[in-house]
Amino acid sequence: MIILGIESTAHTFGVGIVKDEPEYILADVRAKYVPEKGGIHPREASLYFMREAPRVIAEALQSAGLRMNDVDGIAVALGPGMGPCLRVGATVARALSVYFNKPLIPVNHAVAHIEIGKLITGAKDPLIVYLSGGNTIIAAFVAGRYRIFGETLDMPLGNFMDTFVREVGLAPPYVVKGMHQLDKCAEESKEKKILNLPYVVKGQDVSFSGLLTAALRLVRSGKVKLEDVCYTVREIAYSAIIEVSERGLAHTGKKEVLLVGGVAASSVLRSKFEAMAALRGVDVKVVPPKYAGDNGVMIAWTGLLAFKHGITVEPERAYVRQRWKLDQADVPWGDP
Amino acid sequence: MTKPMYRGETPKIIALGAEAALIKHTFLGMPAVYKVRLPKPYRDPKLDLRLRSERTATEAKIIHDLRLAGLPVPALYYVSLSEGLIVMEYVEGDLLRDLINRRVSGYADLVRELGKVIALMHGLGVVHGDITTSNVVVREGTPYVIDFGLAKYSNELEDVGVDVHLFIRAVESTHYDVMEEVIMAFFEGYASIAGEERVKEIKEKVREIRLRGRYVEERRQKRNK
Repeated sequence: MIILGIESTAHTFGVGIVKDEPEYILADVRAKYVPEKGGIHPREASLYFMREAPRVIAEALQSAGLRMNDVDGIAVALGPGMGPCLRVGATVARALSVYFNKPLIPVNHAVAHIEIGKLITGAKDPLIVYLSGGNTIIAAFVAGRYRIFGETLDMPLGNFMDTFVREVGLAPPYVVKGMHQLDKCAEESKEKKILNLPYVVKGQDVSFSGLLTAALRLVRSGKVKLEDVCYTVREIAYSAIIEVSERGLAHTGKKEVLLVGGVAASSVLRSKFEAMAALRGVDVKVVPPKYAGDNGVMIAWTGLLAFKHGITVEPERAYVRQRWKLDQADVPWGDP
Repeated sequence: MTKPMYRGETPKIIALGAEAALIKHTFLGMPAVYKVRLPKPYRDPKLDLRLRSERTATEAKIIHDLRLAGLPVPALYYVSLSEGLIVMEYVEGDLLRDLINRRVSGYADLVRELGKVIALMHGLGVVHGDITTSNVVVREGTPYVIDFGLAKYSNELEDVGVDVHLFIRAVESTHYDVMEEVIMAFFEGYASIAGEERVKEIKEKVREIRLRGRYVEERRQKRNK
């Protein structure tokens, strides 16, 4: 069985092609929208997607050495994400599905991050820590769904980090050579000073908006070194994430942690996770940077799992769902 | 610390929580829990010390205050801030989580009692910060609330709302098959102490808090209303 998957929830228009036996991944082509300044502008991103879509699809098929007729189904990320971006992927997928008479498979983007992580790392029944620009979620599979045990009460970690470095003039670009500007700036702190900034953990939830406001105020006061603020902010934000993850482990009794999403690529964060996991005697599995960010392969792979469990959608009913939460998606294949 | 008088029983780790190690032992001959907030290797050492001693102090003070107010919480025996240590009464019993999972008869009544205890606690200006059914030990029909590791003093509706929201979310993830019954019993108990008006106010706040999360379907519906 061969599935073609389309990702277009935020900054990346990606097409992946997978099959249900090793080597699994047949094609992975992406077009990433990089704003000149500021954050993602959904309309700009969607216009970019429209220009790039035909090329990306053609290249994916070509690199897999396949034609559309060889494909058994079209999977598409219908949410969560930015409306204009999602609609490009959905429109393209519906068109392919109808024109080539292929089943259309709806995929939840958050579930896809988890499934590709499980495929590549071999994690079986992990506590999932999903960190990206738009998501900060601690989840685990229980009875047919990925249930949320902790999340952010306001800003996602990635958005928090991006906003902070942008506001203090360090970005864009947000990530240079695989290192986030916040990590880079924090590493320059010689004294590793911990300034008086708020650390907010509520149960299994984190909150970053108060930290952002206080940190920006501190930078603007001009009384402290920027790198010391970066260091404090980074230590507080990462520690809070690890703390809620550790709570999630204690609560669920899971024996492995799976880090997924774009922010999982941070090596500083990973080493902190490893320190925590060693303490608790659990394994840490991290999606390698190549598949940590948004891509079409994860959509194709999740689509394949879904298709095998009979999940399809009629093209005329394949609406995008901007707020399709992780725990609203059925995962009939999820039993470890 | 001053050496406690050990009476026979060997120390036993009962839980390696996220926050602290819990060791069951005795203190002056009484069954006791030693709660030690151990240093975390993933935290900056200065941040680590700050968090551990602040939290130890707050937790000890809150347990003590609530106990003096007559609420079912462990009695405080001993505190050492520099070691992040609290010694308190060991409450022998079953976790409410397990009782609900085993569907023991009258579990809804226990949740109702818990609602009362939480309402009284909120009335005293304390929010727990991590109310889950695994943080409630039932001894002789009384639900003892434990683990005040994230508790704080607050009278603000926002904090009370978060407290209740956390409980609901924990029930949704842990007892999803009986969640409606459990949540309803909790609010019944709560209302019997705090009144229906207050419960209405809290429910509205909880709703608002939940809508703040990302990708919440209801938020769009609210906006379109």
